[in-house]
Formats: sequence, C-alpha cells, structure tokens
Amino acid sequence: MSRLFEPTRANRLLSCQLIALVLALTTQALATLGQDLSSVQSDQAHLKASVRIVHAQNFSVHEMQTPTGTTIKQYVSSAGTVFAVSWQGAAPDLRQLLGEYFDQYVTAAAHTAHGGRGVHIDNGEFVFESAGHMRFVVGRAFLRSKMPQQVSSDAIR
Amino acid sequence: MRFAKPRLLFLVCTLLLASILFACGGSSSSHNNSSIASGSNAQSIVVNSGPAGNYANGVFTTVNVCAPGTSNCQSVSGVLVDTGSFGLRILASALTTVNSALPQQKNSNGDSVLECGQFVDSVLWGPVKNADISMGGQTASAVPIEVVDDSSVPVPSSCSSKGPAEETLQTIGANGILGIGFLATDCGQQCATTGQQNLGFYYNCSGSSCQIAGQSMSQQVQNPVALFPQNNNGVVVQLPATTSSAASITGSLIFGIGTQSDNDVGSAKVYTPDRFGNLSTTFKGISYPSSGFIDSGSNAYFISDSTTTGMPACPSPESGFYCPSSPASFSATISGGSSSTFSFTIGNADQLFSTASDSVFPTLGGPNSGFFDWGLPFFYGRTVFIGIEGRSTPAGPGPFWAF
Repeated sequence: MSRLFEPTRANRLLSCQLIALVLALTTQALATLGQDLSSVQSDQAHLKASVRIVHAQNFSVHEMQTPTGTTIKQYVSSAGTVFAVSWQGAAPDLRQLLGEYFDQYVTAAAHTAHGGRGVHIDNGEFVFESAGHMRFVVGRAFLRSKMPQQVSSDAIR
Repeated sequence: MRFAKPRLLFLVCTLLLASILFACGGSSSSHNNSSIASGSNAQSIVVNSGPAGNYANGVFTTVNVCAPGTSNCQSVSGVLVDTGSFGLRILASALTTVNSALPQQKNSNGDSVLECGQFVDSVLWGPVKNADISMGGQTASAVPIEVVDDSSVPVPSSCSSKGPAEETLQTIGANGILGIGFLATDCGQQCATTGQQNLGFYYNCSGSSCQIAGQSMSQQVQNPVALFPQNNNGVVVQLPATTSSAASITGSLIFGIGTQSDNDVGSAKVYTPDRFGNLSTTFKGISYPSSGFIDSGSNAYFISDSTTTGMPACPSPESGFYCPSSPASFSATISGGSSSTFSFTIGNADQLFSTASDSVFPTLGGPNSGFFDWGLPFFYGRTVFIGIEGRSTPAGPGPFWAF
C-alpha cells in the first residue's frame, strides 16, 4: 500500500536468503523419536511450528514453538537420529512426537496403578516422564540406546 | 503389622506434629487440623481407596447433580477433589438416573458440543451438559459440566493423541473429578478462538464426525465454586496431620475465603502463581523457576528426579514412585510472592503399598522430570486456601494458594 514497503533490491535479496534459510531449516529440522532426521519432515507442518536450531556437543536441539504456545525440543545425534524429545506448555500431539513409541506410552500408562498425575515410565530402553496440571504440562522422552556417548539425560529439558 | 499396636504412638505423633506446625505459625489458630468444619458452607472429604478400591492418596467427596431447575437429582459420591484442574467431570456410569435429563450443549448449527478434557496423564472424553450442582449448602445453576462417556461418539484421534483416554471407573479410580483450582474455566481464552492457537478441548460433533471448535468462555466447563451465589471466591481444603500410613482420614472442603467464620485466612502466607500457573522452587541449593504447584489431585510428592534426590524409582509397575532403601528427608523452598521452606520425607512405595488395607500415605513420592508437584501428602496437617482468578478475598485477589 505505502511506497515505504516496496521491497528494495537489497531487501528482495535478503528476503530470498531468509526464505532459503527457513526452507533449509524446516526441511531438515524435524523428526519423530527414534526415527532418522531425513526420514520425517512432517512434524513442523503437522504442528504448524516455527523452528530454531541450537548446536551442542555431540548433538543438536531443534526447538519449535507451536501456535498453541507449546515449546517442543527434538534432540538429534550427530548420526542424525532423534534420541529425545521434550515439551512444555499446552499438551502436545504425543502421537506425532513419539511415533512408534506412542503405543508403548499408552500401554504403560494404562498399567500405572494407584491413581496419579505424574507419569514416569521406564522399560529399560524407552523413558517417558510427564508432569504439570490442566493447561500446562512439562515432559520428556528418550531412548537409552540412541543417546550419544557422554550425554546425560539431564541435558534433556 | 507395624501399625497393629501403635495407635497411641500414632496419636502422639499426630499431636506432636500438629503442635510443631502451630508453633511454626503454619496454620491459623482458628483452624483445628483434626476437626471437621460443619458450617453451612462446608462438607466432608475423605482420603481412602476410592470407589474403585485402587487409589492411593485420593481425596474424595460427594456432589449433588440435578437437571437444571428441577428436583430430578442424583448424589454422586467418590468424586476426586482436584485443585489441579478446573470444572466438574462425572462418569456417565455414575449418573445412572439423571444423565438423560441433563441438556446437551449444542452450537448454533445444532451440532453437539463434546470435550477432550486434557490432564497430565490422560484425556477424558464426553459430552458437555448443563446441570445444577450442589455442595456444602451451596448451589450453582446450569453449570456446564463434562459427562465422561465415549459410548455414543468415539474419542477423536486428535484427542487420544494427547494421551490415553480414561472413560471408566477402573481407569480413573473415581466417579468423577471435581476441578476446584484457581481458574474459573477449564481452558480459557485460547479455546474461545477458532485459529491454530486453539488448545483442542472443545469439539462440535455431527453424529460421530467431530471437529475442534471455538467455545465461548461462559459455555466452557466451569469451576462450579465460581458460580455459587455466595462463598464463590475460592475454597479451603483441610486435612488432619498423619505421620504414618492409614486406611482413611477425613477432612473438610470449605467454600469461600474470608466469607464465614470457618474460612478466615488468618496468618496463612499467600503464594501467587506465574502466568503458567506455577510457583518457583529451590531444592538442594538450586533454584528452579516456574517449576512447582500445589495439587490435591496428585497423589504423591512428585518432585525432582532420581539423579538429584539420589533415590531410585521403584521397579515396574510402580516406576512412577520412589523406592529409597530407607525413608529420606528433604527440604525445599517454595516461592511465589511469599517464600517458605518445607520439610518432607519420602518412603519406599513398594513397602508402603505392601499393607493392602492402607490408602493414606504421607511419605509417598515419585520422580517428576525435575519438577515439584506438591501433591496430596502436602495437604496432610495443613489448611490450604485456593483463591479463584479475578475474585477478591481478604488475602488479596486470586489466583493464589495460601497456607
């Protein structure tokens, strides 16, 4: 509408670079627990989320903010495997995040006796923890055999 | 077996603990921890194994449900008293006589409104209906409640993808959940929108075809206390002290804060939640911001993790609880405006559960992904005030906890 917003040549170039960067990030950024980074590109689209990537030693963290305000982090090893996921905010789509492990979570959760609220499941390989209250949950899940060496589960928050 | 003889010891310990609590100024002297309030604004609550006989540290009460404006009513016992959720949910199977008389909420197209009630460990699915709700001499009229029932419309996959759907007495362990936390509606403004930020609590269903829909705040499932004509600014949960496991204990659920002689906030400290509904915690010298809350619907001290506490989780199927080799004592500082340090002890859950007749476990704890969920054991020996958002009280406006 206003001339002020007509893109300059430099701005156009910058916009193209930004778009290319965002596309590069989104096409390689996301996956589901236990799956290969390159095998799944649907989470970001499914969760309609924005992404940023933080590199740590031995792994990288792909952090998304969904439109519902939930922060989701996916932890990817240098071998390209999603070895952990974490979430904080409104309840996320756990079927999408946990992939094939979602059914293990549901089965184990159903066998938890004595009422409850806090969830802590550990079958030796798959570990799932969730806490919180209505409108706010915090949790994480990880695969012991896929954890990079020298990375503690404390790194998953 | 350990408790065959020590009834006297138990009493002495109870009195000792009570006197320590009073000496520390933890409770207003107007509240006797071991008595049951009997005013016109209160009713009894009980900690026992619940209507399914399988609950540990579950606190239950009775709710009277009527078809709006009629005397067609049903009294439902065994409803979990939950300060960690908002709104009343009752199993269809517990509403045998009155369910068919409760009007189903519809949208402007005549589609039925159903809800995916989202809890930390499960989802509860079923129709939103209106009912008159009475407790402790108070009545809220035409309250939207959730009837937990997947028999006519199956749980949509977008709901069950949030967690396991619990639709039966055996899976919930209660006939319903009475959400009387510090919010007036269960989802709030985000569920009143139709965009991507909608949290997916409410669905409009035509037959079995359901879609997530915006639901106005006033049509959402409501904390019934907020709709009482009086005594509607909050609740008080009062339970006696117990230092040992027990079969059951009774206490009081009092409606209103500073509205009657039995709900004077006294010298209780006020703790205000942040925008996530959380308090901050300091544990073992480390500060955890936005990391804690007070929740009668959580059945243990769900705190921190095995690495930090040095306590292993129990073997499956009790891996949700700690199993230290001997009871371990801790202290933590809870902050939210006010700040205080509290001591607590965690015992071995497998050993606690081995006495089958016990359902009250003051030392039950579990790991919690680094968080601090002060569950029902925290309520033993305390008077806990919960102020509802936007309501004024002598202790200031809600939302808050005070104890």
